[in-house]
This record gives sequence, structure tokens and C-alpha cells, in this order.
Amino acid sequence: MRWDVVVNNLQYFLLGAWPNGELGGLAMTILLAVGGIFGAFWLGLVVGLFRMSRSGWLRWSAFVYIEIIRGTPLLMVIFWFYFLAPALLGHSLPGSYSALCALIVFTSAYIAEIVRAGVISLPKGQMEAARSTGLTRGQAMRHVILPQALFNMIPSFVNQFVSLTKDTSLAFIIGVNELTKTATQVNNRTMNAPTEIFIAIALLYFVICYVLTAFSRRLEKKLARYQARGR
Amino acid sequence: MAYSFDFGLVVSGEYGEWLRQGLLTTLHISAISIVGSLLLGTLVAVLRLSRIKPLVWGSAAFTEFFRNTPLLVQIFFWYFGSYSVLPDFVNEWLYKRDFEFAAGVIALTVYTAAFIAEDIRSGVFAIPKTQLEASRATGLSFLQAMRYVILPQAFRIIIPPLISQFLNLVKNSSLVMAVGVMELTYMARQIEAYTFHGLEAFTVSTLMYLSISLVISFAVNMYNKRVLKIAPR
Repeated sequence: MRWDVVVNNLQYFLLGAWPNGELGGLAMTILLAVGGIFGAFWLGLVVGLFRMSRSGWLRWSAFVYIEIIRGTPLLMVIFWFYFLAPALLGHSLPGSYSALCALIVFTSAYIAEIVRAGVISLPKGQMEAARSTGLTRGQAMRHVILPQALFNMIPSFVNQFVSLTKDTSLAFIIGVNELTKTATQVNNRTMNAPTEIFIAIALLYFVICYVLTAFSRRLEKKLARYQARGR
Repeated sequence: MAYSFDFGLVVSGEYGEWLRQGLLTTLHISAISIVGSLLLGTLVAVLRLSRIKPLVWGSAAFTEFFRNTPLLVQIFFWYFGSYSVLPDFVNEWLYKRDFEFAAGVIALTVYTAAFIAEDIRSGVFAIPKTQLEASRATGLSFLQAMRYVILPQAFRIIIPPLISQFLNLVKNSSLVMAVGVMELTYMARQIEAYTFHGLEAFTVSTLMYLSISLVISFAVNMYNKRVLKIAPR
């Protein structure tokens, strides 16, 4: 076993060429993950609300959006953003931007379904009671339903965050210099320790994702007591 | 610059043939991995439910590790680094065959098995505990009770989540292009590189993935409506 290759390149795995060059490696992975979940949360919330709206065509278009995105591999979505941008904008986008857009669009479809499930699982009386106090549907959603529903959804969001963190590795395919890409670069350069390099990279991802999963499991137990549920 | 679409290019002739071959490879690698992951996942789940502590810990570690690392990294691991962890005769056997394809199958199988094991475990937990006790009391061993009493009932409940895992597997199979397996996504990429008509190639291949997904999820919905309603609880 040649763990010295991993140790010598550890800084490159963690930060890329920074501070002498561009930021990359694990730092880039985390940036993509944080940006992705932030964007996907808001887009997913909007799509989820559209999916439950009373306007037929809003509901229908959200449904089509969710089904198309969920039926397509993420890699395809990434290629779509990568190759569509030059055709639409006339110039190409940096890989990290196309990857981020693809991650946001892809994850938002799953978040939208989580939002919908969260709202549906609330007792129906909540909406009726809120409406009967004189709130409009929008106000009732914003001040009564969503705060409770989002609270119940926290564990599912964390799980989605874990998938998204793993999915950032696909940005490698379009040349973004994140953790997986740094691993293949070092592997191509050294050629003598592929097993060690990929085990080390897998462990780096594992630590982040496992901490999040464990956190979500604890949260799920804690929140179960306070959950407002239907039935 | 206006982009002129030319769908004829990618649905017929040489490039159409590429996409057709790619689709077949996608279905091929998915089918093998689905069978493999179901078997491996069941094994891991049963080990984790057993009472032998090292087996429980081992299978828990297996599940947690493979669920929490990206599939792409696992594919690279099996492709570049597996020779030093697999026994020599397995390596020799693999090198004589299509090694990219084999690495892809192993990665997809192991990754999906970790998720399937969790699904099966939750299915078993949904069966009342007294079932196992009752079958043990009639003289069945743990494995017999699992095989004849618990698992058949558990599988019936978890068919929908299992199928959505298989669906994920079909979608995830697009990642094996990274090590050069010539499946659907690889071919679309290839057509893009040869003709610059990537948008058509990606449209057609997206539609192919989409129709696989929609057909399967439609079938699951039917199953949910028809079968699960009348399933005894």
C-alpha cells in the first residue's frame, strides 16, 4: 500500500491549487453542495407550491417538470445545461456554473415532492381553521401550513442534502475541478496508487455524508415528538 | 447563431445505430445489476437481522459505507483500484472479458445493494415480531423462518420502493460512461463530439430514459392501487 501518495496530495484533494491557483477539491465540492441545496430548496418550494396550486395549468406544468426531471439521469441534465448554454447564450458557461444549475434543477424536483408530501401529511383542519380566521389561502400557507410542514420535512431535506453532496461528483464529467476530478488527476499523474487514492476520496465523502445522515437520524427521533400529523 | 435541428441525423443511419446499441448496453448492464443487487441486498439485510454480532456490524458497515459515498467514486475504485483488493483469479477472469463493463456491473450492484438492504430491513420491521417468534416456535431455524415466513411477506410490501431503486439503477447506469462503457449516455456524448448535433442526440436519449422511467413508475402506481389496497396488514 502506498499511502504516501495520498498524504503528499492531501492539500490538493482538500483545496485544489489554492492559494496559488483556483480553488478546487473538497472545497469546490462543498461550495457546489451548499449552493445546490440553497437553490434547490427555493426552486423546489416554488415548484411544490405550484404542484398544489388551484390553477390547473400551474399544477399541470409543475407535474410535467417533476416527472421529466425525476425520470432523467442527473448526468443527462448536466449535459443539457452544458451543451444548451452555448446554443442559447452564444457563449459557453464555466463548467461549475452549468453543474450548479443542473444540480439545482435536478434536486428541486425531489424537494418539490417532499414539500408536497409534507403539506399533505398535515391535518386538513389546519387549513380550514386558518381560512376561517379570515386568512387568504396564500397567507394561510405562509403563516400556518408551511412553518409546520417545513419543520416536519427537515429530516427528508437532510437526506436530499446527502444525495446532492454525492451527486456533486458528477460535475467531474464536464471538467469541474472538484474532489473526484482531483482524484483522477492525481491518479493519472502518479499511476501507482489508484486503490489508495480512491479509498481516501471515498472516505472524505463518507465522513461528510455520514455525519449528515447521523444528524438527520437524531433529528428524526427528536422531532417525532413535536410532529403535527394527519389522521 | 441560430441552431438548426436535424433529428434525422440521430435517429437513422450510423448514429441511430449507435444510440440503439447504447440503449441495449444500458438495458443489459441494468438487468445484470438489478439481479445482482437484489441477491446481494437480501443477503446483507438478512445478515444484519441475524444475531451474530460480527455479521451485524459487518453488514451495517457495508450499508453505511456504500450508501454514503458517490457512485462515480465507487466506479473509479472498481475500475482503477480493484486489482489490489480482489483475488488474483478473479482479476484474471475479469481481464479476459470486458473489464469496463464488469467494473460497471460490480459498482452498480454493490451501490444499489446497500440501498436495497435498507429497504428490505424496513420491510421486515413492518412484519409483526410475533411472526418470527411463532415460526421459530414451530421449530423452523432462523434462516428457514426468514425464507418461508418473513421475507415473502416483507417483499410484498416493499415492491414499490424496490422498483424505484431499480429505476434509480437504470438512471445511475449512465455514470459508467466515465470508464468507457458504451451505453446510451456515452453514445450521445460521442455523437455530440462527431457531429456537433449534441442537442438532438441528448433529446433522443433523454426520451429513451424518460420512457423507461415513466413505464415503470406507471406500473408501480397500478400495483399500489390494485394490490397494496387488498394486501392484509
